[in-house]
Amino acid sequence: MYIIVVGGGKVGYFLSLALLSEGHEILIIEKEADKCKVIAEELGSVVMRGDGCEVRTLEDAGANRADLMVAVTHRDEVNLVACQVAKHRFGVKRTIARISNPKNEALFKMLGIDVTVSSTNLILEHIEEKLPTHSMSHLLTLEDGDLEIVEVNVKPDSAVVGKRVSDIVLPVNSLICLIINSARGAQVPTGSSVIEAGDHIIAVAQPEQEMELRTALTG
Amino acid sequence: MKIVIMGCGRVGGMLAGMLDESGHQVTVIDIDSWSFRWLPRSFGGKALVGDGTDVETLRMAGIEEADVFVSTTQGDNRNVMAAQAAKHIFNVHKVVCRIYDPLREELYRSMGLETMSPTKLGANALMNIILGKGG
Repeated sequence: MYIIVVGGGKVGYFLSLALLSEGHEILIIEKEADKCKVIAEELGSVVMRGDGCEVRTLEDAGANRADLMVAVTHRDEVNLVACQVAKHRFGVKRTIARISNPKNEALFKMLGIDVTVSSTNLILEHIEEKLPTHSMSHLLTLEDGDLEIVEVNVKPDSAVVGKRVSDIVLPVNSLICLIINSARGAQVPTGSSVIEAGDHIIAVAQPEQEMELRTALTG
Repeated sequence: MKIVIMGCGRVGGMLAGMLDESGHQVTVIDIDSWSFRWLPRSFGGKALVGDGTDVETLRMAGIEEADVFVSTTQGDNRNVMAAQAAKHIFNVHKVVCRIYDPLREELYRSMGLETMSPTKLGANALMNIILGKGG
């Protein structure tokens, strides 16, 4: 494939490096002379100095035969315009734009950018996935009793989904005291209450058993 | 009319003053409060510090009730992005976008934006003066 990469910063550089090694034809368009020089030294003659939003630059880059445009500068508006010019002026079929402000995702999609990659959202998703603390939050510490009240948000892939409370093995001295369901509201559970995805569980536990409780409810 | 102007440079500031003077409800957005020096002393509209390419800033500027949106920052791409947000997300009735680059101006006009290229206008005006056709 012939791929035009707009932006020769770190993202553009490493992206191009990977795409080159996969055998694609790459042209990086970069505004700054210094960056162009470094890229040319490291990757060879795959870089052109210019503004990737300019019709003339894209013309020189042969955008009309490009299969894909990837705009990865650090400025959302530049990435948007580069993709739009490629698509509407040169008929590039597929455009990918990097986005910094997650709020721009909807606008870019609406304006016909095929794929948007929001680094901010990607990192956020990873935090939500990888950091268990995110699905369990402290509500209150009862100092006298050496107890904590915590809230756990039950994810669809959690092992407790569909289980009865009496079947969940909890650490000693911990207790599920409340299940908040979006349809039924808050309920004090009995042994036969069933946990559903999306439920919020309010539980009491000793601080040292927090990890164990977390594993029991989110694992 | 309710008018939101993004970019308070010489042009944006002067335009805001003129529209305010003629009785319209004007809000000017600029990323730098120092730019508001371009507004006339008599300006009675609102001046908001913020990034007009951010939809939240546009909301704060009252874009949802606006009849007109004008983008006049120094950056063609910023102007294009904000104008498209005003048109497609907020359905503003009249959206005008300044684009210096004549080629990009042509492209976005063909895509349905109402555009103005000071480069083209300026060059034409100078041409007319030089050739004595009046300016």
